[in-house]
Amino acid sequence: MRPFNFTKVTTVKDGITKKEDTGQYIAGGTNLLDLMKKHIAQPEMLVDITTISSSIKPLKTGVQIGAMVRNSTLTLDNEILTKYPLIAKAILAGASPQIRNMASTGGNLLQRTRCVYFYDVDMPCNKREPGSGCSALHGNNRMSAIVGWSEDCVAVHPSDLCIALVALDASVKVVEKNQKERIIPFKDFHRLPGNTPHQDNNLPANAIITAIEVPVNPFNKHYAYLKLRDRDSYAFALVSVAAALHLENNRIVDARLASGGVAHKPWRWSDAENFLKGKEANTANFQEAARIAAEQTKPLEGNAFKVPMLKGAIEVALQNCLTA
Amino acid sequence: MNEQTLSRRFFLKVSGAFVALAAVPSTVHAFYQDVKSFLVPPKETLPTTLTINKQPYKVTADTRSTLLDLLREELQLTGTKKGCDHGQCGACTVHVDGQRVLSCLTLTAMLPGKTVTTIEGLADGEKLHPMQQAFIECDGFQCGYCTPGQIMSAVACVNEGHTKSVAEIKEFMSGNLCRCGAYNGIVEAIQKVAK
Repeated sequence: MRPFNFTKVTTVKDGITKKEDTGQYIAGGTNLLDLMKKHIAQPEMLVDITTISSSIKPLKTGVQIGAMVRNSTLTLDNEILTKYPLIAKAILAGASPQIRNMASTGGNLLQRTRCVYFYDVDMPCNKREPGSGCSALHGNNRMSAIVGWSEDCVAVHPSDLCIALVALDASVKVVEKNQKERIIPFKDFHRLPGNTPHQDNNLPANAIITAIEVPVNPFNKHYAYLKLRDRDSYAFALVSVAAALHLENNRIVDARLASGGVAHKPWRWSDAENFLKGKEANTANFQEAARIAAEQTKPLEGNAFKVPMLKGAIEVALQNCLTA
Repeated sequence: MNEQTLSRRFFLKVSGAFVALAAVPSTVHAFYQDVKSFLVPPKETLPTTLTINKQPYKVTADTRSTLLDLLREELQLTGTKKGCDHGQCGACTVHVDGQRVLSCLTLTAMLPGKTVTTIEGLADGEKLHPMQQAFIECDGFQCGYCTPGQIMSAVACVNEGHTKSVAEIKEFMSGNLCRCGAYNGIVEAIQKVAK
């Protein structure tokens, strides 16, 4: 690791003032330290923000999750479990108990891709070294994207929590360098790679995520999070699906479908959602929704298997919503 | 006379060469130091006060030091093992404020005032912790390298109440890998303690 200066702050204001452009904020550290050990991240200073906003506040309009709330805390919180259980379900599908005890809610949004070439400093990677090329495009890309990718980057976002958050129309509360607060809709927070894949998201430079807000929703009865991966537990998704239905007498009033492991950002299947609205909740309609989603994919040389996998996962996740 | 001049000239030449040669390494060394300080910034240290296995510690550690490095390299508490050093294997699992965490991804600088428990802090004198005893009785290890991490994780798994079924135990122990494949014994040991 490169030597760095370390500062602990107790307020957001202080954090923004003290952080220099060459520095980075540290919260859970589960991704950042790993990247620093591999010399992929080389901050000259770390600003410890672990003492800021770590509460879960029920609001009239929803719930506010402080950026420093640990992942495991979210899975045990009564407010989350009763009104937003999809969030807990998604978190429990990711990482390990140790990592969930450390990782923060805000940090989860900012974790970098797990593309093998991003981690291999001997190989070209446009995300790590802009302009060097994408080794995964025609390389080992079985874990890579099947939708929304570009010639410059085929990496996927590794989060499970973010898939639930994008499905539930969450928003991200940030404080910018000028100390002004701003709300970014979750679906606009992460970016598609385009020709600037080194930028994972639209968080302004030096800004701090202070909270995630999730609006009140009717998706606490019929929901599912299905994650398919190389081993049963403690692995990143090949394909994951967050599904939620608002049902009235078996008719779908509203539907949410989102996927991880398929794109550079947490992906919403809006066309499939729109198809489901007003339809009866049955296998034929679930299959059609899955087909609509799968139709929008464009797999690479090594990951065409993900398309039928996605189709099956969407269908099963929707079925699971009925029994949840 | 001629011989004397020669030897004197010889002496001056040789000693001159020695002086010059002696100067070269020091110049090279100085140059190396200059380049090094330009390329590699000097390390920064930070004092930290924390409690480990009920003992208070006051340490001054490199800001880069992880809790794992502090335990093993500075405090000679080598029970906690370094497996992958990247948060993928769980061998370095310890408890911080009662919660299981990975010491390889925890900076010492972030621990002021925290309470750490390592494998060395589990036994009560000569009396093993029930989980340590259960691992022995159930054959919960072969080579033993992952065992300290497995035991720390297992103790937390029981404390958290994630022991309702074999499937639940396996899921909540999935962050600890064992290359010998002692998983069945580990699950048995946890079931035994959870009863």
